[in-house]
Amino acid sequence: MERTYHFKHTLEKKERFAPGHRLCAGCGAGIAVRGVLRALREEDRAVVGNATGCLEVSSFLYPYTAYEDSYIHTAFESAGASLSGVEAAYNALKRKGKIDGTVKFITFGGDGGTYDIGFQSLSGAMERGHDLTYVCYDNEAYMNTGIQRSSSTPRFARATTSPVGTAVPGKSQNKKNLTDIIAAHNVPYVAQTTFIGNFRDLYTKAKKAIYTPGPSFLNVMAPCPRGWEYPTEKLPEICRLAVETCVWPLFEVENGVWRLSYAPKKKLPVEDYLKMQGRFRHMFKPGNEWMIEAVQQSVDENWDKLLNKCNTNL
Amino acid sequence: MNYNERLSGNEAIAFAMKQIDPDVMAAFPITPSTEIPQYFAQYVADGEVNTEFVPVESEHSSMSACIGAEAAGARAVTATSSCGLALMYEMMYVAASSRLPITLACVNRALTGPININNDHSDSMGIRDAGWIQIYAENNQEAYDNFLQAMPIGEHPDVRLPVMICQDGFITSHALENITLLDTESVKQFVGEYNPENYLLKKENPLAIGPYDLGCHYMEHKVQQAEAMKHAKARILEVAAEFEKVTGRKYGLFEEYQMEDADLALVLIGSSAGTAKAAVDRLRKEGVKAGLIKLRVFRPFPAEELAQALKHVKALAILDKAESFSAHGGPLFSEVRAALYDLEPRPRTVGYVYGLGGRDVTPAHFRAIYARLADIAAGGDLGPVYTHMGQRE
Repeated sequence: MERTYHFKHTLEKKERFAPGHRLCAGCGAGIAVRGVLRALREEDRAVVGNATGCLEVSSFLYPYTAYEDSYIHTAFESAGASLSGVEAAYNALKRKGKIDGTVKFITFGGDGGTYDIGFQSLSGAMERGHDLTYVCYDNEAYMNTGIQRSSSTPRFARATTSPVGTAVPGKSQNKKNLTDIIAAHNVPYVAQTTFIGNFRDLYTKAKKAIYTPGPSFLNVMAPCPRGWEYPTEKLPEICRLAVETCVWPLFEVENGVWRLSYAPKKKLPVEDYLKMQGRFRHMFKPGNEWMIEAVQQSVDENWDKLLNKCNTNL
Repeated sequence: MNYNERLSGNEAIAFAMKQIDPDVMAAFPITPSTEIPQYFAQYVADGEVNTEFVPVESEHSSMSACIGAEAAGARAVTATSSCGLALMYEMMYVAASSRLPITLACVNRALTGPININNDHSDSMGIRDAGWIQIYAENNQEAYDNFLQAMPIGEHPDVRLPVMICQDGFITSHALENITLLDTESVKQFVGEYNPENYLLKKENPLAIGPYDLGCHYMEHKVQQAEAMKHAKARILEVAAEFEKVTGRKYGLFEEYQMEDADLALVLIGSSAGTAKAAVDRLRKEGVKAGLIKLRVFRPFPAEELAQALKHVKALAILDKAESFSAHGGPLFSEVRAALYDLEPRPRTVGYVYGLGGRDVTPAHFRAIYARLADIAAGGDLGPVYTHMGQRE
């Protein structure tokens, strides 16, 4: 954790993601973008990339852009590759003396554009070693097209293509562990975070990601009130419970060293997290206790594996 | 200064790229264009170019990276063929609509279904409506010359469109020919520096690219794109004139071969024109007024110019090296035939689909077509307008 983090001073920095965008109230995507861009040094410029998704269609509707920095959106599955091209251009033009000053490269994609359709171009960008930061705002389904399941949707969650029916109780598969997969690319910096307290975790990880030379990846849990079915004001509490139940642990992998960012004093039961969200409502019906047990078991296993990787004994 | 070399079509393109020394090249290998990034990677490895080479993990990503690079203010190039171009399909539209003058070396190859690595034009014809300028070559010299002209055409402020420089897979890409090269200094002078007005990395004025465009603006943007394609025609001729001054080699929207007094004519694209010209020469010796038009520029489509050049022809065959499964004819047939509609009198026209998946075409095939055209010109029956040529019965 960065010692110099000062919440008030950080908030006093000039906003780089302007108000007036059209994201829903209580949406995590805008919070992720604001929080990550806040970690840029004020004197540095940035080119912001974006995969097609809620964020893109809500933050750059011609002729209005919410970004103070340069911005590029090309397609759903191409955010990694497009920003690779921008970064390559920067290197070439810098070498030819056509550009002065520091420009950083940060791209945002939802879980659809990151875990699924854009996975290949993300993997390619990480492997080739471009000096860029890929930020996934993970809201665990294809929200832009109307809450379809993704490989990031957790087991049992209701989505419009994994509906809860009389024969199938929501999504059948477990969530893909993308943060681990990107860590397996052996890139210099990978981290998992969300919106907790005074945003220190998000800020310090974003800063490390942006200013660590080479490719970096941030996976930010970014709840969606429509898809997860919660009252908009409950977003911070859902994030807190995701962390306190170890459903979404905070950790980072820096040059191959795994480090736990936060260990709950007392791990809360997964019900506390699940019961706040309509997408899990069916799990609380009598006779469905096994679902909650299955989720608890899966969360426990993943938590133990993570502790092991972080060499941490609690 | 011009000098002679013996190069394959692929090496000629790679060499043109080296002379231009673009800022970024992003590419993924696919037969028969693979050699282009291979040669280029060697130039990079030997420090002969100052280019960022981005060896991407797919063609979708090579076009995406080129879009990012060109948008950032750099000159970006790529090369591909067949399925690679098909995989780029979505991004080709993004490149054109973002008005980014990327240059793509397309080495034409049949599209898979079934897989086939040999030449036809189904790949670039399949993407003809994406908003890219398309320029085709008959031989290695033309492939090289066309590539040198691509950037001055596409980057012009009145145009700002991406350009595909097409040549026939294996037939020219892998065949060695004697070609005349321009010295690198003259190439650099001819192609010039890329200095876009607005770009992502411009310090003074941040730029946003790739908006969500609502119904109230989308149509206006498409009309601007269509206007740019109209402007491209004049720019292509302007650049050709400048190129002629430097090299002495003359280019237009199409080449007319023995067309002045031709009664019977063909319209076709690419390397088959060489074979067809041999047939025309023989027929001319026999007193047949045969001629042909080799289309160089398919996008923008030179409809008025073709009508003008073909107005005196009595019978015309239009040859497509691509199927479009319209059950009526290939894309070139449809567009050329439509271009002649307002002529009075009009040439009588038939279409042939030929050469699919590398099927060979010989002077005898062309002689047979001219014989049919002679019959039609003499008042004979038109017969079926949509036929295939060169397949086993």
